[in-house]
Amino acid sequence: MSVGELILFGIIKFIAIVFGWVMLVATVLTLMERKQSAFMQNRVGPNRAFVFGKKFPLSAFIGHLLSDALKVLVKEDFEPPRANKWLHLLGPGIAVIPAWLLWVVIPFGPGPMPGAEGDHPFLIANLNVGVLFMFAVMSLSVYGATLGAWASNSAYSLLGGLRTAAQMISYEVTLGLNLVGVFMIFGSTRLNDIIWGQGQSAWGIFLQPVGFVLFLVASIAETKRAPFDLPEAESELAAGYFTEYSSMRFAVYSLGEFIGIVAVAAVAVCCFLGGWQIPWVETPVDASGVPIYGWLTVAQIAIFLFKMVIFIWLQMQIRWTLPRFRYDQLMKLGWLYLLPLSLLNLVVTAIIMYAVR
Amino acid sequence: MEFIQIVFWLLAAGAILTSLMVVLPRGRNPLYGALALILSFFFVAGIYVLLVAHTMAILQILVYAGAIMVLFTFVIMLLNLSKRELGEESKNLAQALGVGAVAFIIIKSIIIVDASADSVGGDNLALPKGFGTIESIADQMFHRHLLSFELIAILLLVAVIGAVVLAKRTL
Repeated sequence: MSVGELILFGIIKFIAIVFGWVMLVATVLTLMERKQSAFMQNRVGPNRAFVFGKKFPLSAFIGHLLSDALKVLVKEDFEPPRANKWLHLLGPGIAVIPAWLLWVVIPFGPGPMPGAEGDHPFLIANLNVGVLFMFAVMSLSVYGATLGAWASNSAYSLLGGLRTAAQMISYEVTLGLNLVGVFMIFGSTRLNDIIWGQGQSAWGIFLQPVGFVLFLVASIAETKRAPFDLPEAESELAAGYFTEYSSMRFAVYSLGEFIGIVAVAAVAVCCFLGGWQIPWVETPVDASGVPIYGWLTVAQIAIFLFKMVIFIWLQMQIRWTLPRFRYDQLMKLGWLYLLPLSLLNLVVTAIIMYAVR
Repeated sequence: MEFIQIVFWLLAAGAILTSLMVVLPRGRNPLYGALALILSFFFVAGIYVLLVAHTMAILQILVYAGAIMVLFTFVIMLLNLSKRELGEESKNLAQALGVGAVAFIIIKSIIIVDASADSVGGDNLALPKGFGTIESIADQMFHRHLLSFELIAILLLVAVIGAVVLAKRTL
């Protein structure tokens, strides 16, 4: 294939995966979130918008999605008079683009075995750097929040933006270090290789239990959800860094956050929960190591989705159970407990691996 | 021109333009300078990709654009200095020296490129297998340059301890 064809093919794949699949999951999450919060607080939750009458299946579901979309589209798009016009406009865009790009390296279906030649149909780009690409992009998502906050020219926004920058930098380190243990065990940073490795030995959650717990904590902090929602703490900062955003710009911000949540859940599933592997089911491969695609592939994609939903649901349970941290507690937890623990986890992993070999 | 060459010239022009934007317009909010610097890191990372140094490109974005520049913007936003507080920049010897240095570098690089352009043939440009991958970089770092790697680690440790001591002077 020529360079032009490669680029065209990549763009088509990217649009199909990100806009056809990820955006859908993210929009579904907004409703799921509200229903879950209502359940935890003994309320009914959203229960008014029906499209085809109450009997029709998924009627409430579609109704709420449509009314949500209509609401953000027709609301007044207000710009604070003393805001920095261009940066205020760019903020949501800078926030949502990294969230899309996270999906470039996530395989949500079986690909060729490590070392085998062949195309991966469920992965946009099979990069050698693998998950490192994702971390590079994730570290950029800070800018959307901080720049938007600064451009709003409001004290609440600025405080939210500063908190975002400090919190995300602190917890990014823990998030990355806990994946290093998985890289060491499976000897690769490509998620595809890691998933094949988990099928041959055991899932990452059994090989790296401490790593999984630390990753879970850091992932909640990284996606800015309670108990780590200080950047947008409603009771202290109005709405934090997007206080001055309304209408579609606000929707783009929250969509970016939801896509980030799905992406982090996907990485957790790939590294700790076996990705698309079904327990006790071997993936059939042909002589060159390329899997034979069939109905089993469909089941594997479905189980990937199922594991992802379970992980997100776990995060939601934690979100609606625990109260918010104080700021000094947040920094203390990150730097004094999580970081040394993840370093210790790495050292122990290295010693065990050296002893086993 | 080949496709890759067009991409290279676009990236190079972008890198130079954004680098100039970091310093040139005076009396502006320093945040714009920081943003231009982030953009220029991206252009340089693009040039790394063209050189098949994928890991370097990702590390460039991860470390510089994603971590160091976040701290820069953090500090700029925290201080949020007004134009009055930034003060007037004085035209003095330092600026003259800066212009002189830029002129010297440009002339020197033109001379070097002119002298070496013909000696680089097409044959010795073939890359070894696995060039630019994480494996090859790790191999260089932990086998060939292990001593310097360890020395850098000690240097960073000293820097961290120094920063803690300075920050906790009232301990």
